[in-house]
Amino acid sequence: MADVSLRNIKKAYGKVEVLHGISLDVKDGEFVVFVGPSGCGKSTALRIIAGLEEITAGELHIGGKLVNQVPPAERGIAMVFQSYALYPHMSVYKNMAFGLKFAKTDKAEADKRVRQAAEILQLTPYLERKPRDLSGGQRQRVAIGRAIVREPSVFLFDEPLSNLDAALRINTRIEIAKLHRQLRATTIYVTHDQVEAMTLATKIVVMNQGRVEQVGAPLELYHHPQNQFVAGFIGSPKMNFVKGTVTAVDAMGLSVEFGEAKPMAIPFGDGGAKPGQSVTLGIRPEHLGEGARHAMVLTGTVDAVEHLGEASYVHVRRDDGTMLTARSPGDSRAEVGARISVSTDVAHLHLFDAEGKAFPRHSKADAA
Amino acid sequence: MAMVNRRVNFNRIAVHAALIFYTLIATFPIGLVLINSMKSRSAIFGNPLSVPTPATFDLIGYSQVLEKAAFGTYFGNSLIVTVISLALVLIAGAMAAWALGEYRFKGNTVVALYMAIGIMVPIRLGTVSILKMIVGMGLINTLTALILVYTAMGLPLAILILGEFMAQIPRDLREAARCDGISEYRIFTDVILPLIRPAVATVAVFTMVPIWNDLWFPLILASGDGKQTITLGAQQFIGQYVTNWNAVLAALSLAIAPILVLYIAFSRHLVRGLTMGAVK
Repeated sequence: MADVSLRNIKKAYGKVEVLHGISLDVKDGEFVVFVGPSGCGKSTALRIIAGLEEITAGELHIGGKLVNQVPPAERGIAMVFQSYALYPHMSVYKNMAFGLKFAKTDKAEADKRVRQAAEILQLTPYLERKPRDLSGGQRQRVAIGRAIVREPSVFLFDEPLSNLDAALRINTRIEIAKLHRQLRATTIYVTHDQVEAMTLATKIVVMNQGRVEQVGAPLELYHHPQNQFVAGFIGSPKMNFVKGTVTAVDAMGLSVEFGEAKPMAIPFGDGGAKPGQSVTLGIRPEHLGEGARHAMVLTGTVDAVEHLGEASYVHVRRDDGTMLTARSPGDSRAEVGARISVSTDVAHLHLFDAEGKAFPRHSKADAA
Repeated sequence: MAMVNRRVNFNRIAVHAALIFYTLIATFPIGLVLINSMKSRSAIFGNPLSVPTPATFDLIGYSQVLEKAAFGTYFGNSLIVTVISLALVLIAGAMAAWALGEYRFKGNTVVALYMAIGIMVPIRLGTVSILKMIVGMGLINTLTALILVYTAMGLPLAILILGEFMAQIPRDLREAARCDGISEYRIFTDVILPLIRPAVATVAVFTMVPIWNDLWFPLILASGDGKQTITLGAQQFIGQYVTNWNAVLAALSLAIAPILVLYIAFSRHLVRGLTMGAVK
């Protein structure tokens, strides 16, 4: 089993730098998910760990050993690709046993491992089939099986679920989580889907434009995003952002004017804020409800209503054109075109400065 | 809808008509050779376009060709030259295509460009230099000379076609193999080659037919006794004043057979490979 540690890893293609110094510690047995929008460098980071991309600068250690120059096969890793990358001309059995054959694994041992993996992944009936005769989900499991039989100390997954349909994606997600509990191997998983990240990870690494924005447990990121990017990325639907201006700073917190009738007192530490400074308020849709029941009220026109059954999402266009999403009960009667007030408890607010950095919370007024 | 169907039908008919027309043009000389090879000399000249009738049927050409003991040697020479050149072109071509496409090294582009020029410049332009080189190496009048020249002739196109096919194999597949700990050689032989079999068959067909049919290089490099290929051997029946047309036509008919067998063997592979990809 192995720790993985990245020390100021940089990657450049020619003059274009795509990773600007990534530092990260993955402890043995952890399930770490790299998440971020496409082009943020998460896949590149994974491929660097796998040894498929060379490191431009920095150090990569796996199991305490510097592996910058070690070829993929000797790093003790196994990778599951987004496209599955099964050998099309080999049966399922051969696909899984192929790597073992060249690792000089004893034949009986290799056979045992393949059959065991097939058992775990419910692939036993399909061992003699070719990949083209399998469904997407089955191919995915073969790809995972091929990784398992190598008994790696680190599993690497590159967006493994993005080619599956929605129902299968949820099933496979659960299976991957189960597998991780069973095998206890260090796992690094790349996805652009924050739901996958939240459900699978013990630790999430949010990346953006070749930088790590924040590292933390799923709920930590949800409750305490360090910046506006993380706040917007984690959570679904996306957090609402409302522009405002600081009008006063006192011991109780900040007063913020945000385009409604009167400024709002918000219990945040001042973070060096001065009156006149522009800030952004963050409100999660699940903390924003119809009506004026809570202290902070926003008004606008209903733009669209989505009924999901257990909840309804009411999309509100404010008078300045900004959009808000509020989570209402499933039987919401909001009608498109009608004026509406939505409100939230100030305890649930997030506050960001002009650079997107989060203000420290004033007290223990956590939403947790 | 009906309009669309009619247009589709018209297109199909047009395409088929064009193909049938081309097939007729392409097979006409071959058919002519075949039917006339089985006729008596007077019938060949009297009515060259008619099929053999009992009155004109005559296998004298074939018996003349087969009685010439050397003919077996010609066939053997042609086969040896074609098969060995083909094998060298396929093996070296596939390996070169893989190396040029997969690995970035100094001179990569220059080598690839050099190969591309090889496609554009007809090898016959270099005949004099080739002859000098072969003489210099002491290989004149050997099959080795032919094999070397044909391998050089076939390589550029083989590298181009195989390289294109290899580029279509997803990068993930090679990287998965690398993660699996499979050596670069094994990735080439066990993953890449099986996947480009249709391309190999295509290249094989394109490579072997010109080699088998070539008259130029055998005439220049290996025209000595016992080294002639079948196309060159057939020429001996064409005299300055009298041509034994029966024998020439029979020899040419016989020469078609082996290449046809090779072609069918490869093209079956080709079709199987293509449909395999289509169904996937």
